[in-house]
Amino acid sequence: MLRDITIGQYYRADSLLHRLDPRVKLFGTLVYVVTLFLHRSPVNYIMSLAFLIIIIAISKVPVSYIVKGLRAIAVILIFSVLINMLFIEEGNAVIDTRWIRITDEGLETAFYLGTRLIMLVLGTSLLTFTTTPNQLTDGLEKSLGFLNKIKIPVHVMAMIMSIALRFIPVLTEELDKIMKAQTARGIDFESGGLIKRVKSMVPIVVPLFIAAVRRANDLAMAMESRCYHGGEGRTKLRPLIYEKRDLAAYAILILFTVWMVYLSFYSPWS
Amino acid sequence: MSIRLENVSYKYEENTKEKNYALKNIKLEIKKGEFVGIAGHTGSGKSTLIQHLNGLLKPSGGKVLYNERDIFEPGFPLRELRGKVGVCFQYPEYQLFEVTVLDDVCFGPMNFGKTREEAEVISRQALLDVGIEENIFHKSPFELSGGQRRRVAIAGILAMEPEYFVLDEPTAGLDPAGRDQILNLLKKLHQKKGMAILLVSHSMEDVADCADRVIVMNHGEVMYDGDKREVFSHKKELEAIGLSVPFYRSLAEELRERGFMIKEDVLTLEETKEAIMDVIRKKRDNA
Amino acid sequence: MSIINVKNLIHKYMTYDDSENTQEIKAIDDMSFSVEKGEFIAILGRNGSGKSSLAKHINGLLLPTEGAVYVKGMDTRDQQQILKIRQSAGIVFQNPDNQIVGAVVDEDVAFGPENMGRPTEDIWKRVTKALEDVGMTAYREASPNRLSGGQKQRIAIAGIMAMEPECIILDEPTAMLDPQGRSHVLSLVKELNREKNITILMVTHHMEEVLLADRVIVMDEGKIAADGTPKEVFSQVEMLKELGLEVPPAAELAYKLRKEGVPIRDQIITKEELVEELCQFV
Repeated sequence: MLRDITIGQYYRADSLLHRLDPRVKLFGTLVYVVTLFLHRSPVNYIMSLAFLIIIIAISKVPVSYIVKGLRAIAVILIFSVLINMLFIEEGNAVIDTRWIRITDEGLETAFYLGTRLIMLVLGTSLLTFTTTPNQLTDGLEKSLGFLNKIKIPVHVMAMIMSIALRFIPVLTEELDKIMKAQTARGIDFESGGLIKRVKSMVPIVVPLFIAAVRRANDLAMAMESRCYHGGEGRTKLRPLIYEKRDLAAYAILILFTVWMVYLSFYSPWS
Repeated sequence: MSIRLENVSYKYEENTKEKNYALKNIKLEIKKGEFVGIAGHTGSGKSTLIQHLNGLLKPSGGKVLYNERDIFEPGFPLRELRGKVGVCFQYPEYQLFEVTVLDDVCFGPMNFGKTREEAEVISRQALLDVGIEENIFHKSPFELSGGQRRRVAIAGILAMEPEYFVLDEPTAGLDPAGRDQILNLLKKLHQKKGMAILLVSHSMEDVADCADRVIVMNHGEVMYDGDKREVFSHKKELEAIGLSVPFYRSLAEELRERGFMIKEDVLTLEETKEAIMDVIRKKRDNA
Repeated sequence: MSIINVKNLIHKYMTYDDSENTQEIKAIDDMSFSVEKGEFIAILGRNGSGKSSLAKHINGLLLPTEGAVYVKGMDTRDQQQILKIRQSAGIVFQNPDNQIVGAVVDEDVAFGPENMGRPTEDIWKRVTKALEDVGMTAYREASPNRLSGGQKQRIAIAGIMAMEPECIILDEPTAMLDPQGRSHVLSLVKELNREKNITILMVTHHMEEVLLADRVIVMDEGKIAADGTPKEVFSQVEMLKELGLEVPPAAELAYKLRKEGVPIRDQIITKEELVEELCQFV
């Protein structure tokens, strides 16, 4: 089950989107998320959706793979849609029984909220699908480089993030092994009250934690032995250099943002 | 009394394309009190196979029968089965979690309904059996050496008092002294307690040394299953799938090729020495 | 000049037990030896004999309590030289997973040269070359998580090769591998030694791996118990057994036969040698 979660994983493909500079993609994601929250009219929604569909098409990531990522947030999604549907009282009732009152305004809000959430998740997950963790952290490190001036260790944070991403699959596998081993020793997850169940997690969590510490220790030594001494004087296999396509992408993104802002305030249909 | 696999297949769920069978149509029976070695290279299906024996994996086709009862039929006490068929995975020391060695070993038996007092009696014995001494019982498992931790983890399964003891590469990464300790323990458990042992190993020497019967897995299928001397006579076939035959066996074969007619089915140092001495004595008598 | 020079090396550390008693343990107890360029040395010893501590000293990951370790004449205690030392004498560890930093193979191989501050073009050359050297060019853009243990270990070796070292230290590189992965890694190590003249120091407890080396140093309780060619060391069956080490089966059989009065020559350690010797009797 844990392996089904595709969110945050890189999907290897050769597409324009994969080749774009990570800084452009970071900027694009930021802009996209901001414009999602500007939405005031249906036109905005259609534009955002169209933008997303075009990007997905360019990315060459299979739609089924992308949709799998939604499963991870299905619960949150359904929950927030239901809340909106059931608790918005304004507007004309569509269903009105003794127990439930659903209004047209509630439905509308729930619909917009749901689509907005889906677009948010899909848009941001495209970033990780098309950008390797290393590119992502390089991009962050460079984009946030100005924070170094106020003594925030950007390189260190970027390194921590990239290592965390590299070890997620390793630790997931480890977790799987530990669970199997303890099941073979007769651990009982199913019966008993809440406290007993929480207690039954101890034989899983402790070994996992110890394994993580052991790996961290080994990795620190391996990094040191390979001449790692912080970000100072470090060069890159793939230094970030803007190409023409990156500049074109920036231009498109800015144009898109301006248009979205314009539409949300001056849309003839709103 | 046995564990029997009846046409067991196991398919990975993730992709439903072909070539994803981890096990194909496995038929085999492990009887109580046997000592079986399971050999095969990585990806041959050994690990998947042993997870079927205690119901950690459910076959996609076929049946797993414990004393002729299907372990996946409704109402079968699957958790109890895990006490009867103890499985010790690779690098078992990484599953230790308790504050003291003794507490950790008690975890298994207490899961199977023993009281703390009963569990402690069994656990003490299990620890002594694997060669862990009293003065270590109340230490943290994390203070011990790698070889000691491995043995504590093995004691953790042993304390469940299984009828079948399945071990996946129990000697991996240990030095020769550590390896001998574990193999001797398995021999002792088999001889003195009549416990059935299933030893999964890359090392043909270990398998030849301990087991009576050898199962060779290849591409998810049983390639050979029989008496170890018979199985190891297929030198060429075993080498073709990346397995070796035990050193003394292959020495004997090469000697025979060169006209030194030593008995061919030797497996151990002593047997080989005797066989060589026989040839030399005969030569001397003739001369 | 020797590439590695270990002089009266002592390494001590403290342990604390439950009752807060401190105990001083000597992991390495007065070791001295030197390694010439191009040698292939196996360091053999059982667990806890101090062999891993020794390996870490040569890379400057551990520093001597007393005595000194010199790599190409540089003292490992000299902080100014430490990066140069690590670049000249890289180390490969036991667990293949825990030494891979990058999420893509080539990014991992580039890690060392990046830390050394090499220009981008040079990093590319080194990565391409190193992957060729270990025969993993086809996996250049793969994720390390999808590789087998043996392949991961070859990537780890490539990561060291990319620093263009003169010496590689391998700390039980095959302990967690299956036989296939083990033989791939070993033949690679042998090839690097033969063809690229890389000095190899390989820590192990598998005697069949030691047979690849030109010279064996046997360690016991932090001291050198034997130092010589594999033939010299392995024919001392009794000494090896006393130290709790594995004896090559051919040597052990030859030893037993000699005890029975069969006139078999000394220094037999491989199957081929034993077959040759025994065939004289028919």
